Amino acid sequence: MIRVAIEGLISFLLVAGGAFALVGAIGLVRLPDFLMRLHAPTKATTLGVGGVLLASLLYFLGSSRPVVHELLVTLFLFVTAPVSALMLARAALKLGLPSRAEPPDPQPEKENRA
Amino acid sequence: MVDLALDIAFVAFTAAFALAAIRLALGPSVPDRILALEALYMNVVALAVLLGIRYDSFAYFEAALVIALFGFVTTVALARFAARGDVLD
Repeated sequence: MIRVAIEGLISFLLVAGGAFALVGAIGLVRLPDFLMRLHAPTKATTLGVGGVLLASLLYFLGSSRPVVHELLVTLFLFVTAPVSALMLARAALKLGLPSRAEPPDPQPEKENRA
Repeated sequence: MVDLALDIAFVAFTAAFALAAIRLALGPSVPDRILALEALYMNVVALAVLLGIRYDSFAYFEAALVIALFGFVTTVALARFAARGDVLD
């Protein structure tokens, strides 16, 4: 009984992770400008990969293999995704890419240092 | 049940990989291409983990960790290069 419940949870996490990653990739292709496209992979794909890693953690929980790798990858991806999104947004502002929304005023040079 | 879910997840992540590759080829600006590369490496991390589940193997998880590390460093370096023209100064 508990075995079936855990397998169901693993299957749900795998399918949900795949769905989120697919939604992120479709957003990456379909959205009209860069600052919108930035949202799709950094949020949806991160959640999708997180779902798959959680599924893997549950799958190997009973086995002899230690599950630190999944925890490390999850932690690392969730910490670094916002950082790289920030760097890309800053690059886009610097290059003055077209945007539907009004871009903010350019920052003074002191704060522009990354 | 888990096998079927694994198959579905493989198809979904492979399709996501292909769509990111399309954006990498089209991408009108440089940050678009960097973003597509980031999406590619994240999908590869997920695919490596899925392969680890399917083949019940250790090695794929180490590979996933290394890919995640190098992917982040690559993204940051490329984004800095696109924004400022050099990586270190």
